[in-house]
Amino acid sequence: MTSFRFSRFMLFAGLTFIYLPMLILVIYSFNASRLVTVWGGWSTKWYAGLLDNTQLMNAVLRSLEIASYTAIAATALGTLAALVLTRIGQFKGRTLFGGMVTAPLVMPEVITGLSLLLLFVAMAQLIGWPMERGVVTIWIAHTTFCTAYVSVVVSARLREIDRSMEEAAMDLGAKPWKVFFLITLPMIAPSLAAGAMMSFALSLDDLVLASFVSGPGSTTLPMEIFSAVRMGVKPEINAIASLILLFISVITFLLWFFTRRAEEKRKKALHKFKTYKG
Amino acid sequence: MKKLGNKLLGLLPKGRHAVIGVPFFWMLLFFLLPFAIIIKISFAEADIAIPPYTSLTAWADNQLTVLLNFGNYVLLSEDGLYLAAYLGSLKIAFFSTLLCLLVGYPMAYAIARSDKQMRPVWLLLVMMPTWTALLIRVYAWMGILSNNGLLNNTLMWLGIVNEPVQILNTNIAVYIGIVYAYLPFMVLPLYANLVKHDLSLLEAASDLGAKSLTAFWKITLPLSKSGMIAGSMLVFIPVVGEFVIPELLGGPETLMIGKVLWQEFFNNRDWPVASSLAVIMLLLLIIPIILFNRNQARELEGK
Repeated sequence: MTSFRFSRFMLFAGLTFIYLPMLILVIYSFNASRLVTVWGGWSTKWYAGLLDNTQLMNAVLRSLEIASYTAIAATALGTLAALVLTRIGQFKGRTLFGGMVTAPLVMPEVITGLSLLLLFVAMAQLIGWPMERGVVTIWIAHTTFCTAYVSVVVSARLREIDRSMEEAAMDLGAKPWKVFFLITLPMIAPSLAAGAMMSFALSLDDLVLASFVSGPGSTTLPMEIFSAVRMGVKPEINAIASLILLFISVITFLLWFFTRRAEEKRKKALHKFKTYKG
Repeated sequence: MKKLGNKLLGLLPKGRHAVIGVPFFWMLLFFLLPFAIIIKISFAEADIAIPPYTSLTAWADNQLTVLLNFGNYVLLSEDGLYLAAYLGSLKIAFFSTLLCLLVGYPMAYAIARSDKQMRPVWLLLVMMPTWTALLIRVYAWMGILSNNGLLNNTLMWLGIVNEPVQILNTNIAVYIGIVYAYLPFMVLPLYANLVKHDLSLLEAASDLGAKSLTAFWKITLPLSKSGMIAGSMLVFIPVVGEFVIPELLGGPETLMIGKVLWQEFFNNRDWPVASSLAVIMLLLLIIPIILFNRNQARELEGK
């Protein structure tokens, strides 16, 4: 199979292409020299310097706050949307609904950002809210676009799982909400966790939407990084960037590891149940 | 029969309406409605006021005047800069989608044909970067591609070039950055498609004497069409409006509409022109977006 060997090679080449720049970034964050391209020995001084940078630290806290709110709201909304798309049959406006849920996945951020800002401005004129743009408006923007990601992940899962258990519970007279919380939810939990994680990471990373809908005094971490990066590569930014990479990678890995284990356990239990029945 | 159905539906708990209503209302208010407003503002005139645009309607002498200003659109069609930026965006988006497809297809293929145990690991390795900051990954390339960066230093050390090659702040850097950032979005839908293929078709083809390359062209490639469409749309549409990558890696020759819109809005504070730029971009993208949504809906229905 020559084609397979070629594709194998491409996979390794592609992964190298993906990971090498990040590795280089992390290595250079330990560079003692202020000239970021000249190697001046190992040092952790840029990391220590971060803690003294209160402006940056405030932005970090603000971004983490927004990302947490976003993860919660987007997971809830996205799961509801996924339920609507997979478990509730036809209703008026289903096509519109499907379109609205999937379109944010591809919509250029400059368009969503600008249009949301104009909405907030119009709302402020009309009903007096939001008078100030900041954490809340950024949270709304992030939730809207993360909901799309969550609903894709969760609805893929909802379509995959065996529906016979849900149907059995229904037949035995359980109310729909009870079926959802006792049967469906435990089965799709890994995808909810993945969706929440994704929303958290996407929110932590977003520059464009936040730039449009934020107000004075609500600078997020990507906005801080962006304004520094525009001036060129800086060692402090290397340090904070490495920390973010590490943080997200560790969480992603842990999440993946635990959901995989839970999944295997569940499969085993189900297998046992089925063989017992059979 | 239909009446009975309606009656039965009425018996369902009101929860059903809440389940549909909450996400529906949210997306309607925060995703669809803003587009109506952006269209409205694109017909306004820039003004030194808060907010910085004129109102479309005025009420005076018992008369309602609606003033639609087409000036922004006239400006867009007359100033060559905007046209060049649209064409530049479409060109860069097209070629980077092609590059992503060429690199991503073999990767997705390799993952889909690897050990069942190993697939989630490969997939995680490909997808993990998309969960980590894009801004930072683009920034990493700035350090590598700059004139005194790692790549140029290595090339000079190897003696391939005598003086640094200008890569950062050119379109080449933009292409590298876009392929780098969007590659996972190409691989994921392709993998999801390729992994579902029935391998017995390939076996049958080989039994009948087809070479593996022929079998690939005649069977695997046509079967993966919907995966290719999904992946290409996931890359093409957002790249047309991309801002961060051309801003950080591109140079003066890089004309992209996302960057122009950003400048109109943040530097010139001309909200109406920025809005009309967005409206035209939306019109250009509406067909690809519908195509993507259709494809997505079909995938969701499980074909």
